[in-house]
Amino acid sequence: MSAQKAILYVALLVLIVAAPFLFPDYKTQLATLWLMIIVSLTWDMTGGQMGYNSLGNIFFYGTGMYVAAVIAIGMVYDVGEYTNAFGGGKFDFTDDQYFTGLFVGIIGAGVFCALSAFAIGWLTFGLRGPYFAIGTLGVAIAAGELVSNWDWVGGGQGIALPVYPGDFDNFKTFIYFLFAGTGVVLFIFLSWLYQTRFRAAINAIRDDEEKAEAMGLHTLRYKLVTWAMAAFFVGIVGGISAFQLIHFEPLETAYQTINLGIFMVVCVLLGGKGTLWGPIIGAILFHVFKEVTWNYFLGWQWVALGALIVVTVVYFQDGLLGWLRLKKPEWFGVRVENKQQAVAEPAE
Amino acid sequence: MSTIIEVQGVSKSYGGVKANTDISLTVPEGGITGLIGPNGSGKTTLFNSIVGYHPIDGGSIQFQGKEISKLLVPDIARLGLLRTFQQTRIYGAMNCVENMLISTPHRKLRFIESFRRNSKEEHERAEHLLDFVGLYEKRYLRSGSLSFGQQKLLEFAMALMNEPTVLLLDEPTAGINPTLINGLIDRLRRANTEFGITLFIIEHNMRVIMNMADTIYCLAHGEMLASGSPDEIQNDQRVIDAYLGAH
Ligand SMILES: Nc1ncnc2c1ncn2[C@@H]1O[C@H](COP(=O)(O)OP(=O)(O)OP(=O)(O)O)[C@@H](O)[C@H]1O
Ligand SMILES: [Mg+2]
Repeated sequence: MSAQKAILYVALLVLIVAAPFLFPDYKTQLATLWLMIIVSLTWDMTGGQMGYNSLGNIFFYGTGMYVAAVIAIGMVYDVGEYTNAFGGGKFDFTDDQYFTGLFVGIIGAGVFCALSAFAIGWLTFGLRGPYFAIGTLGVAIAAGELVSNWDWVGGGQGIALPVYPGDFDNFKTFIYFLFAGTGVVLFIFLSWLYQTRFRAAINAIRDDEEKAEAMGLHTLRYKLVTWAMAAFFVGIVGGISAFQLIHFEPLETAYQTINLGIFMVVCVLLGGKGTLWGPIIGAILFHVFKEVTWNYFLGWQWVALGALIVVTVVYFQDGLLGWLRLKKPEWFGVRVENKQQAVAEPAE
Repeated sequence: MSTIIEVQGVSKSYGGVKANTDISLTVPEGGITGLIGPNGSGKTTLFNSIVGYHPIDGGSIQFQGKEISKLLVPDIARLGLLRTFQQTRIYGAMNCVENMLISTPHRKLRFIESFRRNSKEEHERAEHLLDFVGLYEKRYLRSGSLSFGQQKLLEFAMALMNEPTVLLLDEPTAGINPTLINGLIDRLRRANTEFGITLFIIEHNMRVIMNMADTIYCLAHGEMLASGSPDEIQNDQRVIDAYLGAH
């Protein structure tokens, strides 16, 4: 890593740590920004790097919420009785129980989602292009419906988690750092992963899967592992969101296919598919755009959002970074070199 | 020379179209074997059958004495039996070096190793082979931006990177600038002699195939019409008729 880059990263890290103290009124927005960054980066692992546009990644978010909740509650009480007594009954959690439940729940959510990505991938990776997108969307919608009819986890009313044992402001800081920590770990993980053969393998699948098979690549293995890694991180942020929201319900919050499920795709398209920074930049732009329209154009926010999607998809398909790559290819390692040698035609 | 590919009585039809009928041939190890025939005579279909691209209707295909007609494409590729495509297929959004690096032999790569970077030797080999096909200067260009002929050369270099035992080439000179064809013939020969790769080549350019192949098979209307040395094929009245459309 060059010195410049090192300085940039240190400065970013300082900013990340200082942000909730510099902008104490925006802790929740900043936490949501991290959520957007994480779901965008993970969406891009399959959508941008591997060419499989999933519309169902929200499944891992919702499932992560429920798994974390069930684990945290189940470690102390019977989940069925707990959800049955919704609102009533006395279910206290000690500080220890809260934090153990939170950490085990969040990690468990990640692991469970990674495993379910293997199972769902097994069924859906036979589908290509739009069929894969619709197939995965179907899985997410079906999961939301199933869960909302499943009384053990609270059915359509959802589920309530224990409340943070401390003051509300500290709670917001705590949640911010859970999201930010996950985001930083994910970023470091991807910066490393995208320098290995693994990245080239999933890029090859994106560019021409049939060619990759003909060259002997274990395509299904790469696809499953990629999605499982993405699902792991989405499950984790689902788990964090569950504790952040305290109470959540299946259709509007957990399996919110038309909100977060679509937003993550828009973020990636906006910033640029198949790059490390594209999804991050896209998530920031999108989040700012969304906060502004939701605050100042209330009533018109969905129209503005729709317009943004249309403009991005129609005129700006490669996103901000894709556009930059076109204008400044040398920034992205494209170069032609001349070698003083007749390489084209050997002597006959 | 011992036989490395043995095709026996292979048939394949697409709906009502009999693309291959009862085809038998052998590819000797270490040599250059040619496959010719007019358009639509079933050459590509036969290649597709050999590499497991589609199930065959009947017959047997053996590679190194092992029946492979029930195996899948990637499994066959990992055995060291590789093909290039008539329409040319490369990874268009990746640059040439990246195309080369992902083409290292996957039969040797353990999955855990895919989480490592490419070795220095692999980088050197990639650059060496790009140099070999004349694409060294273009190595950091997006491969999708290359001309058709250059993509064809890249695909050939990728195949060499894979260190196959046998390479099936579907019209390697189609779309290549005529002034570069002699250079390409030379490289194909060197792939055979220096790298020891057995070649099985579909070719429309008669001058090219007559120049290179030890044995040539000729298909017509999905059936084996003739086989023999380039001289025998050139003088075979049935082959001449087939190409003149008298068949
Ligand atoms: N996927 C397919 N579906 C239906 N018919 C096919 C298919 N592929 C090939 N055919 C038919 O099978 C016959 C043989 O085609 P094939 O591509 O094997 O010929 P070829 O000898 O490679 O021709 P060319 O020299 O033009 O490449 C043709 O009649 C073709 O139309
Ligand atoms: Mg053909």
